[in-house]
Amino acid sequence: MTTNRVVTATINGVETPLLVDTRMSLLEALRDAAGLTGTKEGCLTGDCGACTVILDGRPVDSCLVMAAEVEGAAITTVEGLARNGALHPVQQAFLDHAALQCGVCTPGFLVSAKALLDKNPAPTEEQIRYWLAGNLCRCTGYEKILSAVQDAARSLKTTR
Amino acid sequence: MQPLQFTTAATLEDALGALGALAGADGQTALLAGGTDLIIQWRAGRRPLRQMVELKKIPELNVLEFDPARGLRLGAAVACHRLAEFEPARRHYRALVEGAALIGSTQIQSRASVGGNVCNASPAADAICGLIVHEARCLVRGPKGSREVLAKDFMLGPGRSALQPGELLVELRLPPPPPRSASGYLRFIPRNEMDIAVVGAGAWLAFAADGKTCTAARVALGAVGPTPYLVDAAGAALIGSTLDEPALRAAAEAATEAARPITDVRGTAEYRRHMAGVLTRRAILRAAQAARQSTRETHA
Ligand SMILES: Cc1cc2nc3c(=O)[nH]c(=O)nc-3n(C[C@H](O)[C@H](O)[C@H](O)COP(=O)(O)OP(=O)(O)OC[C@H]3O[C@@H](n4cnc5c(N)ncnc54)[C@H](O)[C@@H]3O)c2cc1C
Ligand code: FES
Ligand code: FES
Repeated sequence: MTTNRVVTATINGVETPLLVDTRMSLLEALRDAAGLTGTKEGCLTGDCGACTVILDGRPVDSCLVMAAEVEGAAITTVEGLARNGALHPVQQAFLDHAALQCGVCTPGFLVSAKALLDKNPAPTEEQIRYWLAGNLCRCTGYEKILSAVQDAARSLKTTR
Repeated sequence: MQPLQFTTAATLEDALGALGALAGADGQTALLAGGTDLIIQWRAGRRPLRQMVELKKIPELNVLEFDPARGLRLGAAVACHRLAEFEPARRHYRALVEGAALIGSTQIQSRASVGGNVCNASPAADAICGLIVHEARCLVRGPKGSREVLAKDFMLGPGRSALQPGELLVELRLPPPPPRSASGYLRFIPRNEMDIAVVGAGAWLAFAADGKTCTAARVALGAVGPTPYLVDAAGAALIGSTLDEPALRAAAEAATEAARPITDVRGTAEYRRHMAGVLTRRAILRAAQAARQSTRETHA
């Protein structure tokens, strides 16, 4: 019984065939089969959010998605946030606010925050805190991350 | 880790076929909804598997419909965020929506289903008290056809449900809300977010035309026994009352009495018994407030 298969998904706008073992998670497929190592592995139990990607419009923990599930799906990873060499406003705001230290949690926060702002361009502080509650950071203490997301919301508003 | 066959079921027949063909003797076939319990258990070696059968593409398992005369139909694989955003459910089945919305983070909400919550059968599962107090029925399909199981009878113990080998849960059906009724669910956790219930309590109430006299009531508790369960005496203590202090005290005492908790890292048995009473009272008041609100809206 062979358990390898090709799964084709649209990753950051590009239709991408991935050769996966059926035991692989989406996280492993992205990192090991697609070579997109921006998505990080933390806990593998859905607790830390380092592996967050946007799957068909919703943020998910890619460690809790089977690679074989994403046939035909649209996926955005942190590599898909910048456009034509220009950082996404969320990325720029994280830099401006020094909202990262070691950086392991950062791709997950960026992707979660982008998903929030896509859905709700003007979130309240409470909405931001609840939305990001599934992303853990051991370094920053969250205040700078919160400020960065608020700032990104403001700059998205002026560029719209 | 042994090789894994991964099957995407497009129809109920596909899923039943895959279950029947491989489930057989070894029990190493599992149905995959959101995967937020299953994938973790499998990866940790607690659930050795030869096959996963993915359910999320089956139309019947994605139904989410409300009809005032027939009630709510909730497909077993509907992700919690869809339920939490579905206005009729928020309005009429608050205990269920409040419980489901507590399951995990934003990312978990994108995947986790109420069906998975029920079938995983954790004693602390947050969506179950709401199903019980709303008298939900679980629609089950298997090789011998369809059958219905009341939500209160669906869980048999930690990790054990009423599903027989070869059967799957298709849908949860909640009866239409009677006039002047409402519900609510509360859980206690040591943190604000992202934890497992120390105690959970759901309450459902209906009122007479005066809007004050309670005519029907149900209370269910979670995390204080092997499964969430209905506390008949707590509901009975409220019927005929205006939810005055003696009635509330009697309901809370009945809940404390009925709680059969264990001691673990999240709390001692004694503490949990006490909290069962506290949360029961608060869940009742929450439901009563929701009932007043909806009556006001209907008359506005
Ligand atoms: C970080 C994190 C936080 C969590 N927080 C909470 C919480 O606060 N409260 C809470 O209650 N739970 C919580 N959970 C547990 C879990 O998310 C829930 O139990 C969820 O509802 C499971 O749904 P699922 O669709 O992911 O189920 P799955 O993992 O897909 O399935 C669970 C079980 O049910 C079976 N199954 C699924 N669908 C069917 C079906 N239609 N018919 C028959 N069997 C089926 C599967 O085979 C498996 O055994 C949390 C999990 C994580 C990872
Ligand atoms: S690695 Fe996926 S949530 Fe932590
Ligand atoms: S910057 Fe180190 S974990 Fe967040």
